[in-house]
Amino acid sequence: MELTTVWFCLIALLWMGYFVLEGFDFGVGMLLPVLARDDRERRVLINTIGPVWDGNEVWVLTAGGATFAAFPEWYATLFSGFYLPLLLIVMALIVRGVAFEFRHQRPGRAWAAWWDRAIVIGSLVPALLWGVAFANIVRGVPIDADKNFTGSIWTLLNPFGILGGLMTLALFLTHGAMFIALKTDGDIRHRARRLSVYLGVVAAVLAVVFLAWTEVHTGNLASAILFIGAAVCLVAGVAAAALGREGWGFLGTFLTLLLAVAGLFEALFPEVMPTTLANGTSLTTTNAAATHYTLTVMTIIAAIFTPFVVAYQAWTYWVFRKRIAVHHIPSDELAHSSRAKIGLDPDPEGVVD
Amino acid sequence: MDSILDIARWQFGIVTIYHFLFVPLSIGLSALVAAMETLWLRTKHEDWLRLTKFVSRLLLINLAMGVVTGIVQEFQFGMNWSDYSRFVGDIFGAPLAVEALLAFFLESTFIGLWIFGWDKVPRVLHASFMWIVHIGTLISSWFILAANSWMQHPVGCRMPNPPPGSGCVAGPTQNGRAELTDFWAVMFNKVQLGTFPHVIFAAYMTSAILLVAICGWLYGRAGKPASEVTGAGDVEPESAALGAAAERRLYRRGIRLGTWVAIVAFAGVFVSGDVQGKIMTDVQPMKMAAAEALFDTSDTHAPFSLFTIGTRDGRHKRFAVEIPGLLSFLATGHFDQRVEGINDLQAQYEEKFGPGDYTPIIPVTYWSFRWMMGLGAAGLLGAIAVLWLTRKERAPTFRWYTWIAVWAPLFALFGNSVGWIFTEMGRQPWVVFGMMRTSAAVSPNVSTAEAWISIVGLTALYAVLAVVEIALLLHYIRRGADPFVEPPDRKWGQRDDDDEPLTFAY
Repeated sequence: MELTTVWFCLIALLWMGYFVLEGFDFGVGMLLPVLARDDRERRVLINTIGPVWDGNEVWVLTAGGATFAAFPEWYATLFSGFYLPLLLIVMALIVRGVAFEFRHQRPGRAWAAWWDRAIVIGSLVPALLWGVAFANIVRGVPIDADKNFTGSIWTLLNPFGILGGLMTLALFLTHGAMFIALKTDGDIRHRARRLSVYLGVVAAVLAVVFLAWTEVHTGNLASAILFIGAAVCLVAGVAAAALGREGWGFLGTFLTLLLAVAGLFEALFPEVMPTTLANGTSLTTTNAAATHYTLTVMTIIAAIFTPFVVAYQAWTYWVFRKRIAVHHIPSDELAHSSRAKIGLDPDPEGVVD
Repeated sequence: MDSILDIARWQFGIVTIYHFLFVPLSIGLSALVAAMETLWLRTKHEDWLRLTKFVSRLLLINLAMGVVTGIVQEFQFGMNWSDYSRFVGDIFGAPLAVEALLAFFLESTFIGLWIFGWDKVPRVLHASFMWIVHIGTLISSWFILAANSWMQHPVGCRMPNPPPGSGCVAGPTQNGRAELTDFWAVMFNKVQLGTFPHVIFAAYMTSAILLVAICGWLYGRAGKPASEVTGAGDVEPESAALGAAAERRLYRRGIRLGTWVAIVAFAGVFVSGDVQGKIMTDVQPMKMAAAEALFDTSDTHAPFSLFTIGTRDGRHKRFAVEIPGLLSFLATGHFDQRVEGINDLQAQYEEKFGPGDYTPIIPVTYWSFRWMMGLGAAGLLGAIAVLWLTRKERAPTFRWYTWIAVWAPLFALFGNSVGWIFTEMGRQPWVVFGMMRTSAAVSPNVSTAEAWISIVGLTALYAVLAVVEIALLLHYIRRGADPFVEPPDRKWGQRDDDDEPLTFAY
């Protein structure tokens, strides 16, 4: 296999990893105001992803870096072309990242409420916009002969792009609900499982329409098989959740995202960014690629180190495998509060409990 | 600021300087926290665990900011500098990708394990997580500094007309871009070998000075009667009950550890900086001349000026205090060597690269070079002053004692910033020295409106986050170290208790 094809596949794998891992982080973030009834439950939700969200986010940084190294022209065209959506995504990821880390640093409902909003918006914006971006990559955008994007933000907000965004949004919401059902215990676990079924039905409709449209637009036999596999897994996952099988439900949305992203990349290959202009240049795995030497060096490094990364990240999930319930959340920080010291109820508004 | 070039340059300056406020502290504090936790395991003294937890709070707040602002760094090369990305991607992209794979995964995964893992793994393993995070910060620094060093001194590459004196060969490439021919040459670029220790020692020094300043201030506070303690407010823990003497002993440990680390690190900064200066004179003579505002070539005993009052355009000096021969020594290692001046270099470059202005903005390079050294030294002196003033359980009562604690770490931190301003501004007008001008690197298809939205949006967001971050840091510094709580002592192979609350949760 050509090294350019190897790196196309590796970048596809990085995006698959990103969507299945940070996909449920986004879902958990967006469901914060929907599923949690009080602050204890909000903390349960946040703590299901607390130890792992940062590691999950690195998948996209690695995908970006790998694109820069292996396909510099792709990186340059994509990032300068999809300027405003990427700016919004970056700002959302910043706000969301600090929200997780800062939310618990001070007591008080108002403080937490601000960061809750930040988590919701910071999860929703990328969940929607990554879909818009991917739909437009697959659909094709105006790229001139110098490989520069010549459209604007309005070029990207076409029906196909918006549908792609809504699909990732719905899929991440379902995936997040499945994850919560798998990782929590008590009342919230059952609410999450019920919600995952409703969300899954909406996601299934959007996914079938979007993937069929993609298949008609640019697909091939392999992408058709992957898309059908994705749809089957989603339906099976939702059915499993409806029957109370949370593990199988989560596996369903996990495979759905893997197969859908794989299918999108399969439909794209060998182009990486097709142009819609008659006299433009489509970026392909060959004309956007780095040199054979660079790809060789990168392949050796990736072959040696990627197994370690996957192994220690998987081990983290093993370490934090315990389901979290409301009674696991420590509230002894209230014992140190000044109100408790002078004999008053430390939490009169019931913020923590 | 009417062109995309100006906006993109300002944005790069703003977001990069901002990002690098958190980077040195994350590098240095992760090492200090790991060292403290290890000391606790070795000595079993509760002070070290209290310091571990206290300093780790400051580390985590900083690390969060460093992580999220780092995303912008990776994205903006493509967003604002797409022609740069096309030209150098074959060389510059690889270290960035490898940095993410080798370092970012390590840091982000093991910091999560460290934060939440107190009750999940044995203590030795837990302490090792922070060492792994620290190693991750070092790996990350290695790759990103190798990428930057390549921009200062391109090596191991091929392009149609490489600049004379660079480590690159002539040969045809796709669209005339720079292509990688030797990965190891890029990894062990001589500029990199000077830069990496300089940046890392500076990070250790800055973090150690911060530790000294905070512990010094809390030490001073612990000696005062409770009624005089200001700022502790309602967040003060039971520290009063523990007794001022115990508190002083605790913070004195932090002061001692920090000062000695700072002194050793300063020696490292000094020696590596000296090595760097000589390499810089060799590969970027214009930067050295600009650092000194040396307009005319000095054939022997080039003087080092402590300060100069020059004309507005920075091209002529009116008054200067100079040490004869010192610049020759800094640049070459001999007091009587020739050092080339700006005017001669400008003429040489015009001959080599065609007509144009090859001189950086002299007042910026001249003063940032001095501020870098002056601020670093001032920070260290502040730390030593704290150590000396608190010797033998003395209680410093001077009013300006607090000001030492406030300014010493800020001096050191800003020393890092101006060091980067110097090294990046001193390379101008080049983005890759001798190969690509900054003006040719910018994205051709990004509109000024888009660039304005980006710079205003990011700057406003960063300003808000700076306020939050500083408020949080001050909150935890005022609160001081929490009382000792014995952490879980989990044995190897021990099973989870399903009903036990989490030791730590967000």
